[in-house]
Amino acid sequence: MEPIRTLRSRTVVLGAANIDTDQIIPARFLTTTTRDGLGQHLFADWRYDADGTPRRDFILNGAEARNCSILVAGRNFGCGSSREHAPWALLDYGFRAVISTQIADIFRSNALKNGLLPVVVDAATSQWLTEHPGAEVNIDLPASILTLPTGAAISFALEPFARNLLVNGIDELGFLMERDAEITAFERRRLKG
Amino acid sequence: MASAPRTLLEKIWDEHEVVPESAETPAVLYIDLHLIHEVTSPQAFTVLGARGLGVRRPQLTLATMDHSTPTRTEQIFGGAPIAIESAARQIRQLERNCTRFGVELLGLTSAQRGIVHVIGPELGATQPGKTIVCGDSHTSTHGALGALAFGIGTTEVGHVLATQALLQRKPKSLAINVTQRLQPGVTAKDLILWIINRIGVSGGTGHVIEYRGAGISALDMDERMTVCNMSIEAGARAGMIAPDETTYAYLAGRPRVPQGAEWDAALERWRALPSDADARFDREVAIDAAAVEPMITYGTNPGMVIPINGSIPERAGDPAFDQALAYMGFEAGAQLKDKSVDVVFLGSCTNGRLSDLRAAASVLRGRRIAPGVQMLVVPGSQAVKRAAEAEGLHEVFLAAGAQWRESGCSMCLGMNGDLVAKGEYSVSTSNRNFEGRQGVGARTLLASPLTAAASAVRGRVTDPREIMGH
Repeated sequence: MEPIRTLRSRTVVLGAANIDTDQIIPARFLTTTTRDGLGQHLFADWRYDADGTPRRDFILNGAEARNCSILVAGRNFGCGSSREHAPWALLDYGFRAVISTQIADIFRSNALKNGLLPVVVDAATSQWLTEHPGAEVNIDLPASILTLPTGAAISFALEPFARNLLVNGIDELGFLMERDAEITAFERRRLKG
Repeated sequence: MASAPRTLLEKIWDEHEVVPESAETPAVLYIDLHLIHEVTSPQAFTVLGARGLGVRRPQLTLATMDHSTPTRTEQIFGGAPIAIESAARQIRQLERNCTRFGVELLGLTSAQRGIVHVIGPELGATQPGKTIVCGDSHTSTHGALGALAFGIGTTEVGHVLATQALLQRKPKSLAINVTQRLQPGVTAKDLILWIINRIGVSGGTGHVIEYRGAGISALDMDERMTVCNMSIEAGARAGMIAPDETTYAYLAGRPRVPQGAEWDAALERWRALPSDADARFDREVAIDAAAVEPMITYGTNPGMVIPINGSIPERAGDPAFDQALAYMGFEAGAQLKDKSVDVVFLGSCTNGRLSDLRAAASVLRGRRIAPGVQMLVVPGSQAVKRAAEAEGLHEVFLAAGAQWRESGCSMCLGMNGDLVAKGEYSVSTSNRNFEGRQGVGARTLLASPLTAAASAVRGRVTDPREIMGH
C-alpha cells in the first residue's frame, strides 16, 4: 500500500444520511472475482439512467466533481452490507477520503485497509462542508488535522495504529503474520485446555 | 480475589485474545469458525495465492455458496446452465479455491448447502462461546447461540484464512432488555424492527448488542436468530443472546457439535458464559415486548418503519426523508395498510428457516394468493427445504399459487436474477429495504412472514391478525 501523508482536494458533497453500500455499489456488480474496474459502477443507480446515460442531475456527473478526491457525506455513511467492493469502487473512481459525522463500522474497517481515509468530524464542521461543496480542504494524516479554506483546523480521531499503518504504507496482514509465534502458542494452550 | 463481573461479550473476548489490546495496538483475536461464500472470498484467495500463503486452519473454515446461486431447480440439479454467466464463474472460482486450499465446501448440489447463516447453526458448527466471522454483515445471526459473530470485509477474510486471527478493538456493549412477551400475531421480526425504530439505524454503531430479559428467553432459536440477524441494521456489528436450555436443546444431536463426554464438557463451559448478574454494559435500553405490533417499513432503510396500522410520519425540512418517500411512491401521513402489493418474498437469512415457512403456511393453508401477485418462497437451506417438504408445506405454498424454489439469498439482494421489477411493491421478509436492493427501482416493504403471507392473500398490505382471527 502507498504511504499517505497529506491529501489536498476540492470536495464533492452527497449530503444524505445513511448512504448504504448497496447505493455505493449495487449487488449486481458483485459477481466479479477481482477488485478492478469497480469505479465505473460507483453509485450506479444514482449516476446512470436505465439505458446507461449519465444523469445530468447527479453531482458526480458534473464538471465541478472532476478530479475531486474527497467525498463529504451525510451521517452513517457506508451502512449495510460488508462488501469491500464499496471502498474499492470509491478508490477506483478516484476518491481518497470520506468525511462524515459518522461512518459505519464495517465500511470504516474496510476503508482503512485499502487506504481510503474515513474522517469523522463534528456536526458543525460537517454542516460547513455540506454548505460549501467544492471547498478545497487539506487533510494532514500524521497530525490528523483537516484544514478548511477558512483556515479552521479541525482535528479528527483516528486510531493511532491504523494511522501508523496508513502513514507508513504497511499492510495489516504483514503485522498479523509477525504474530505467528503468539498465535501458535495460543493454539497449543487451547488444545491442551 | 473474585474476578470482576463480566458480560457474555467480555467472557468470549477474553478467551480469544491471543495478544491483548494496548493503547498502541488492537488485540489479536483468535477466530474459531470462518465461514466463506462465493462473493466476498475470491479476492482474498487471490491475495493468498500471490503471497504464497496457505489457509492456516482449513478445519476451522467452512465454505458454501448462496448469494449468486440460482434458485431454479433445473439450474442446480437439472444440468441447465446458470443463467448469469458471471455468477457461474464466481461459483466455479470458489470450487477451485476450496480444492486448491483444502477448504471444505458445501457446494451447489450438496444436501447441506444453504444460506451461510442458516447452515452454520443448523449443522451445529455455530456454538456458544465461539468467535465466528464471515465476509457478510448478517454474520450477526450466529450470536443467537451465544457466539461472538460479526461480518468482515474481504481483506479480513484473507487475514483469517492466513492467520486464523484478526486485529480488533474491543467493541462497546449495549444491553437491550426486553420485558414481557410478544402478543399473538406479533413475531421476532416485528420485535427487531421495533428495536431498530427505537435506537435508529446507527444506534448500535461501535457496539455489540446483547439481547436479554424474559421477552428474549421466551423466544425459540429461529426467533432469536431473526433478532440477532438484524443487529447490523441498527449499526451493531454483532448481536448476541446468552445460551440457555433452549440453546442446548436446539444444538443437541446436531452433526457438528461435540458428542458424549465432550458434549458434557462443552455444556459445562457454555453454562458459565451468560453475563454475570452485576456485569456492566456501556449502554442499556429497555423494550416492552407486549407493546410491539406487527411492523412494516415505508422507506429506504429499516429504521423507517411503523406499526402496520399506523401512518407514515411527517418530517418537514428533511430532504433525505422526502427522497425516500418519493422513491417509494408514498406520502407523509398516509397509511400503508391496503396499499397494493406486486411481489411477496418469503426467505433470507432473516426469515428463511422452518418456523418462518410454517408461520407463512399457517396463513396460506386453504387460501390462494391474490391475482396479479407473484410470491416466491425460498427456503434458507436445502435442509429447511427437505424438512418443509416432509411436512407438506411446499404443497400449501404451491396450492396457494406461490413458487417453491431451491435455497439461497435470492430476492433479498437480487444477485442471482431473482428480481423485483422497477416501481413494483414487494412485501419481503428479508432485512434491507435500501433503494434498488431487490432490483433497480424496486420498492421493498420489510415485514414478518405472517404479514407477508397475509398481504399475498389480499394483494394488499394486511395485518395478519385480521386473517388469523386474533
